Amino acid sequence: MTIPTNLKYAVSHEWVKAEADGTLTIGITHHAQDALGDLVYIELPAIGKHLKAAQEAVVLESVKAASDAYSPVAGEVIAVNQAVADAPESLNAAPYDAWLFKLKPAADASLDGLLDAAGYAASIGAA
Amino acid sequence: MSTLPTPSTPLHTLLHTPLYETHQRLGAKLTDFGGWEMPLHYGSQVDEHHAVRKHAGMFDVSHMCTVEVVGPQAKAFLLFALANNVAKLKTPGRALYSCMLNERGGVVDDLIVYYFDEVTFRLVVNAGTAQKDIDWLNAIVLREKFDVVLTPRTDVAMIAVQGPEAREAVWKVLLDSHAATAELKPFNSATVGDFFIARTGYTGEDGFEIILPASRAAAFWAELQSAGVVPCGLGARDTLRLEAGMNLYGQDMNDETTPLESNLAWTVDCSTDRKFIGRAALEATPPTRQLVGLVPLGAGILRGHQVVQTAHGDGEITSGSFSPTLNKSIAFARIPALVAIGDTVQAEVRGKWLDCRVTKFPFVRNGQALI
Repeated sequence: MTIPTNLKYAVSHEWVKAEADGTLTIGITHHAQDALGDLVYIELPAIGKHLKAAQEAVVLESVKAASDAYSPVAGEVIAVNQAVADAPESLNAAPYDAWLFKLKPAADASLDGLLDAAGYAASIGAA
Repeated sequence: MSTLPTPSTPLHTLLHTPLYETHQRLGAKLTDFGGWEMPLHYGSQVDEHHAVRKHAGMFDVSHMCTVEVVGPQAKAFLLFALANNVAKLKTPGRALYSCMLNERGGVVDDLIVYYFDEVTFRLVVNAGTAQKDIDWLNAIVLREKFDVVLTPRTDVAMIAVQGPEAREAVWKVLLDSHAATAELKPFNSATVGDFFIARTGYTGEDGFEIILPASRAAAFWAELQSAGVVPCGLGARDTLRLEAGMNLYGQDMNDETTPLESNLAWTVDCSTDRKFIGRAALEATPPTRQLVGLVPLGAGILRGHQVVQTAHGDGEITSGSFSPTLNKSIAFARIPALVAIGDTVQAEVRGKWLDCRVTKFPFVRNGQALI
């Protein structure tokens, strides 16, 4: 699957979409969902929670293992995608549509440490 | 994401079954299981699970080891080496599930033994323990001077075809097998030409486990697939056996646990004065622990090694996963024997205590939820 070029990526396999209003939408990549296998349980953060960069934000459990998705930058959780928690398999089917949470980044948060599509492809050996 | 799975053993050191190239061609995700490179799934292990519950699926189980046990004292040897009683086997093709125990009553392995006649038996043992088992059994033969020869087979493959439509699919592919196997009751087998067909399995569904020449495995697999049987990996095999309440050796029991604390008391036959390895230890020490089912009352997924708190002391989850049939998590746990079915206990799931109900096995049988 091609890696969308309009998104930024963390080496820990989250994608980040910078919205026009300055908020960030976050999910996990196709590569990550493929490695985890069939997702069966997703625990989303509480709205209003303040996350640090690289802090555990979402619990993702597949049939075979549990894993975490991290917050790529510091910020406040302003929305969560309850629909994906209700139907975890929808994330396997469309990882770049099935966002997990939206973040209002902290004032000093920066996306500079994130990768572009080519950089992420290289990090997973797909370049 | 924290930890994506990485292979624990370099893949080039792993063993391959006669169906390895078939799995590669089908795009299987491969994994190390007991030293063998085996399919984990072919796309979606949940879809494969449902295929077995509702229709028919097939598993390559050629990594399991077939051992022929032949000789004038074959029966006497197995009466002594196995905790279940092979004297129950009286008709050709009859099968029996048994543990073999060490002197402490711990489980060396669990296996199925097939009876052909009083001097000819066949064992099917687990992949990861096969060499340990053969060494253990041969040591008994030498020490006790039994007149019997054990021969591990390296020339066969084994395919499990499971599900409500499994037997019909096999009959469609192997036309001449119908007459010999249509009337087989569970835990019986028949030999049809080069094919050994047993009405056994590890899924809680009807079906056959078939031992056949390695050279014919790929063609037979392809014909079954053409007949609508879905290739299934070890991922689905694990969730199916969990729902069916069937133990996995090395996870739910091992050399340090007895069958009495592994929900396998029914497989230990002390109804006669038969002397078998481990019996004295089992009779000397009543079990203080039991293996039970757990179902969480809230959201969360139970996993192996999570701690369980009960009113009578702590225990541990031995296997846990998500049940696709029940659409919730299920687990096996070894907990103090005083805890009763129906009690509420707590499992530590990712730093939180999750209330769970203690249940009997199985969770699912023949497609029906039982809890």
